[in-house]
Amino acid sequence: MDLAAIVKALGLKVRSGADLLDRKVTGGFTGDLLSDVMAHSSEGNLWITRQVHQNIIAVASLKDHAGIVLVQGNEPAADTLEKAVKEKVPILVSDLSGFETAGKIYAILKVRGV
Amino acid sequence: MTLREVKDILDAEVLVGQEQMDKDVKTAFGADLMSDVLAFAKAGSLLLTGLTNPQVVRTSDVLDIAAIILVRGKKPSPETLTLAEELKIPIMTTKFILFETAGRLYQRGIVGCMERVDEERVRT
Amino acid sequence: MTKNVFAHETTLYENKFPVEGGNFDKAGQVSSQIKAILKRMKLSSEIIRRVALVSYESEINIVSYARKGHIHIQVKPDYVLIEAIDEGDGIPDLELAMQQGWSTASQRIREMGFGAGMGLCNIKNFSDFFRISSDVGKGTQLKMVIKIDKIFDGI
Repeated sequence: MDLAAIVKALGLKVRSGADLLDRKVTGGFTGDLLSDVMAHSSEGNLWITRQVHQNIIAVASLKDHAGIVLVQGNEPAADTLEKAVKEKVPILVSDLSGFETAGKIYAILKVRGV
Repeated sequence: MTLREVKDILDAEVLVGQEQMDKDVKTAFGADLMSDVLAFAKAGSLLLTGLTNPQVVRTSDVLDIAAIILVRGKKPSPETLTLAEELKIPIMTTKFILFETAGRLYQRGIVGCMERVDEERVRT
Repeated sequence: MTKNVFAHETTLYENKFPVEGGNFDKAGQVSSQIKAILKRMKLSSEIIRRVALVSYESEINIVSYARKGHIHIQVKPDYVLIEAIDEGDGIPDLELAMQQGWSTASQRIREMGFGAGMGLCNIKNFSDFFRISSDVGKGTQLKMVIKIDKIFDGI
């Protein structure tokens, strides 16, 4: 399962990394506490969060996440977006809540057997 | 869906509120930021969170949250348990991460609470 | 809304609750108490939720940023007035403080799930009337009114 398929299925808005959507997604991880995400997420995870400040890019980059989905229609801060482009971290925006975003992505990943 | 069914779906352990397992729930909100919960969660929702401090219980009390589901096997502090007992707010803990907890509940028909709570009060 | 409009009305309930700065173990206690009192007064659950929420975010702010303070609540037939007054450093730039996402919170506050720069926005959004004033080096004053719709809220 690649990012492009998830973007299409959920109608996510692509804010950075439009050229990186062939990245494989190994699973999802939801969390708003950066230390939690650092400690428990895995490589290739699609990280679902409502945090928009630039520290999220460092976390996603260090953990080799497939990308970040911002929920509740939250847009990345300007410096976050700038950093995302530089660090090659795709940022996607969902208008749904974190719960529903996770629910839908979980269903897609499960069906495709990831 | 009853809290008992939620418990079964999540293979969860009930820490507080064993006597409230017949309570009905339809919506859920998952977050680690309490101000987000305060802004968006509906009364009667499940709160899925990785936070275990007493403020999770306070927030749930303020919003009439039906039950708190702690994810990734987290255990609350003794102060959190005492407060939950006092305010009669059920707490369960599941071994699943928040992503999978949300996924499993969503699959079984629990819905999110996207509308801002303050817009709900608009009456005709 | 001016004071005079409602001056003739009976006060159904009034109290002033002290809030200790820095004491996170007690943070929220006052709001739980207020909620219980309003429940006994049989206000509608929607009004109680909004009052409790506004009071709770204010209480968290006092605990997080001030030395001490108090929450004053007054219930009138038409509205609930909530005032949160603190003695602390105050807020130098109110416009900035009201911006969603702006925060000076410590790591400790953030770990508890607060300090994401949403508290004041939540307070404003859930109130029918909201006013903030602050004196640097002295403290901050919040004033909120939540209207009671008599037809629906039945008191």
